[in-house]
Amino acid sequence: MNRAGPPNGGGEGTEQRADAEGAGRPSGGDAKGTKKHLAAGNSGPPSGGAEGTEQRSAAENSEPPNGGDAERAPGPATPEGASGRVRGARRPPPGGPAPTPPPTPLSTPALRTAHRRTAHPVAWWGWALLLATAAGRTANPCLLLLIVAVAGLVVAYCRGSEPWSGAYRVFLAIGLTAVAVRFAFYLVFGGADGPTVLFTLPAATLPDWAAGFRLGGAVTAEGALAAAYDGLRLATLLVCVGAANALASPRRLLRSVPAALYEVSVAVVVALSVAPQLVASVGRVRRARALRGNTRRDPADLMRTVVAPVLHDALDRSLALAAAMASRGYGRAAGVPPAARRATGAALLVGLTGLCAGAYALLGAATPAPLAWGVLAAGAGAAVFGIAYASKRVPHTRYRPDRFTGRDWAVLASGAAALAGTVLSGLTEPAALWPATNPLAVPALPLQAAAGVLLAAAPALLVPATPKGTP
Amino acid sequence: MNDDGIRFERVTFAYEARPVLDDVTFTVPEGEFCLLVGATGAGKSTLLKAVNGLVPAFTGGTMRGRITVAGREVRGSTPADLADLVGHVGQDPAAGFVTDDVELELAYTAEQLGLDPAAMRKRVTEIVDLLGLADVRDRTLDALSSGQRQRVAIGAALVAGPAALVLDEPTSALDPAAADEVLSTLHRLVHDLGVTVLLAEHRLERVVQYADSALLLDGGKVTAGPVGEVLAASPVAPPVVALGRLAGWPGPPVTVREARRAAPGLREALAGRTPPQDAVPDGPVLLEARGVTVDHPGVRAVDGVDLVAARGERIALMGRNGSGKSSLLWALQGTGRRSGGTVAVGGADPAARRPGERRALAGLVPAEPADLLYAETVAAECAAADDDGRAPRGTCAKILADLVEGVDDRTHPRDLSEGQRLALALAVTLTAAPPLLLLDEPTRGLDQPGKAALADRLRALAAAGHCVVVSTHDVEFCAEFAGRVVILSDGQVVADGPAARIVAASPMFAPQVEKVLPGWLTVGQVAAALEEGGDGG
Repeated sequence: MNRAGPPNGGGEGTEQRADAEGAGRPSGGDAKGTKKHLAAGNSGPPSGGAEGTEQRSAAENSEPPNGGDAERAPGPATPEGASGRVRGARRPPPGGPAPTPPPTPLSTPALRTAHRRTAHPVAWWGWALLLATAAGRTANPCLLLLIVAVAGLVVAYCRGSEPWSGAYRVFLAIGLTAVAVRFAFYLVFGGADGPTVLFTLPAATLPDWAAGFRLGGAVTAEGALAAAYDGLRLATLLVCVGAANALASPRRLLRSVPAALYEVSVAVVVALSVAPQLVASVGRVRRARALRGNTRRDPADLMRTVVAPVLHDALDRSLALAAAMASRGYGRAAGVPPAARRATGAALLVGLTGLCAGAYALLGAATPAPLAWGVLAAGAGAAVFGIAYASKRVPHTRYRPDRFTGRDWAVLASGAAALAGTVLSGLTEPAALWPATNPLAVPALPLQAAAGVLLAAAPALLVPATPKGTP
Repeated sequence: MNDDGIRFERVTFAYEARPVLDDVTFTVPEGEFCLLVGATGAGKSTLLKAVNGLVPAFTGGTMRGRITVAGREVRGSTPADLADLVGHVGQDPAAGFVTDDVELELAYTAEQLGLDPAAMRKRVTEIVDLLGLADVRDRTLDALSSGQRQRVAIGAALVAGPAALVLDEPTSALDPAAADEVLSTLHRLVHDLGVTVLLAEHRLERVVQYADSALLLDGGKVTAGPVGEVLAASPVAPPVVALGRLAGWPGPPVTVREARRAAPGLREALAGRTPPQDAVPDGPVLLEARGVTVDHPGVRAVDGVDLVAARGERIALMGRNGSGKSSLLWALQGTGRRSGGTVAVGGADPAARRPGERRALAGLVPAEPADLLYAETVAAECAAADDDGRAPRGTCAKILADLVEGVDDRTHPRDLSEGQRLALALAVTLTAAPPLLLLDEPTRGLDQPGKAALADRLRALAAAGHCVVVSTHDVEFCAEFAGRVVILSDGQVVADGPAARIVAASPMFAPQVEKVLPGWLTVGQVAAALEEGGDGG
């Protein structure tokens, strides 16, 4: 533990580096060596010999070591497998037989896990956020309930069987809590008033220095209704986010970030898995503490006997994880020239600064709008360029990346329809979007908005929930 | 000279002044399954990590000499650059998992190397088939058994198609069956892929039969050679080799099969003798557990277990990973959850007592002994244990001195060797003088001498009137230690009886000596009988 010095501790590093130079391995040559190795790796392990691999994979296929695979992989070779074969054999193995497609397929995407079948995570999140934006533009309870129903319908039809698929229900509960809290706030602090007094609570008016707040007092039907509409709007926003979570976990969304942000996404994934580990670690240490008969509760003792061991544990584990990730290739610099890396970094930085400045200018009133929009656009452009430029140069690839297909565009479009309908209604019948509560009235359903929201239910039909269609 | 495989040329490595590897030169030829043998703390992990550059990149220290793998220079590259060349699998696979999904974990290295997606997909599918993970490929990692997890870790290291695979105690946390799965998978990999495998393992008896050659690391020096020769000279050796040494068999044989062929002479010499029978302790009943049930969310871990034990008994609790051993121990101690049944230790239910009184009835050393320790020095730890147990000053330190010699008072508990740390945790537990002593998997990370010392200590404690219950996967340790064996399966007791009878009846739990010489459990027994025979005749 206390030996764990800095990486490449002390003068050691230089010694090692000198060795490397002496052996005549400039970084360019290294990169090439890696590529060669990879090309060999595509058709099998380098040491195994090319033709050995061919035969082996054939043998593996005709006689899977464990019978379960036979049902998993029926049917002819998938186009994907075949193209992989062709692309993988960029460098034909010397002396080996010409690459031929394997006799039996290695994979059939249609029968794989549930989460491959649904739409692209970006499409789901886009759809849900568009729906949420639509909800944010109205207080009409009919429309809001319609949005909740549509979100629920799509989740019920399209969600997979992953652990996070229950998120919709959780967010529904949170939404109901939001309504209740909003209502409680109205009861205590008051709000919109009206002539129809339902009952009167004991009231207290705060002194002037507290801005003369009134606590309690008359509860009116109009005020209660306004509070309920408001709470319902908040709840609908939450439910939309819950739907997105149920349909595609944030973790899956992270896998779709551009390659340039790969390292960031790995860091987030690791951080997400640390939390449950910490909880487990605390539980273990507390049980061990009970074994020692230590039940003291003073903070100093807890710090020493629970927090310190848990942190110790976490540090040990992160060192182990760092070593494991390094030995599995994380942080390989091979192939990216330093100039390109610097250019990317600069573009990203300038872009993000531009975005911030533009957003600030837009929100503030002092800057003329065209200038603000200009800065915003320039910033966004620089950021997009940086990410795109860097992504081209990142030597990492994704395992079975989610592809954005026409269907995903359709999912997005259906979400956009909801927003468009709401905007349209806002132009033609604003009163229906923001129904008056004083005097009391049954809110009318804004037709355009309702039609748009109904269109947003289209994914329920578009995205099959059963493993029938191939994506 | 062939440039393939793993080559060390005059490699010296030291932290500060203390050399761990001292002018080491050896070659593991391509495609060989090589076993790295050495006592605890001999530097096996250091040597393994040097193969892919984790040492010194992650540890500091000075290194001299040249290491090549498949002709490529290791020094001057980072471990990440070598990911396509060397796969490294650690002891605890969970500690090295980056994602939480089997397929993504398998693909991780390939993603880092920038493998073409289609080729990557084919490769992952091949690995899944090769390692027999087809049934679990869709699962999350925490839904796997520990054997499956270890196989996922091996698969993840193999996806990049490395020339060499380096494994640091891959089976020490596994039950015998799961260990067999992992090792036979490795064996197949060596044959099918031609990967060079270098593997360190304490439980030599599990691995020896698969190895082509061996390296002995002792005092910083490495001796290479055929498995038999290396083990004959090694301070740590599986029982069958010790038996061969005792009987003077040529070779010596390293597997049970070879030993059986050499054994007839020894069987004759032992004919008519029986191993000394343990007197069944007839002390007063100490532990009486009836119908103990433990429910974890979604699973019944312990299902109606009855266990009655007297003072002086030495009980080994065996069974596969997840068969409920740990849950049972924690429930017996009273700190763990118990959903049903009764437990009485000396007439009192420990779960109904406060933790301070509970530990005076039953002491438990958890699977991770370091969890019990939280002070900065051994001396402070002992003092804290005295305070916790309201024992007179120096009680814990005295127990520790009895258990193990030469522990420096000022050492940080986490810097102790595995054996010393276990002894300290044991001393802390014994400070409260519990009549019932429970140990959860105490032999992880201990080499043969360490395990023998632990067995002696526990025997002495039992002789002093404690009832000792140990859960273990280690059949050799069980043979050394136990008087009685209880086998759990799916939370139920499937066998309970004297050690000799129970382990002899189960091929899975029989020690090596019993497989060669039915009726005999340990080399010690055989040696004693031969000596006696020599004196008599």
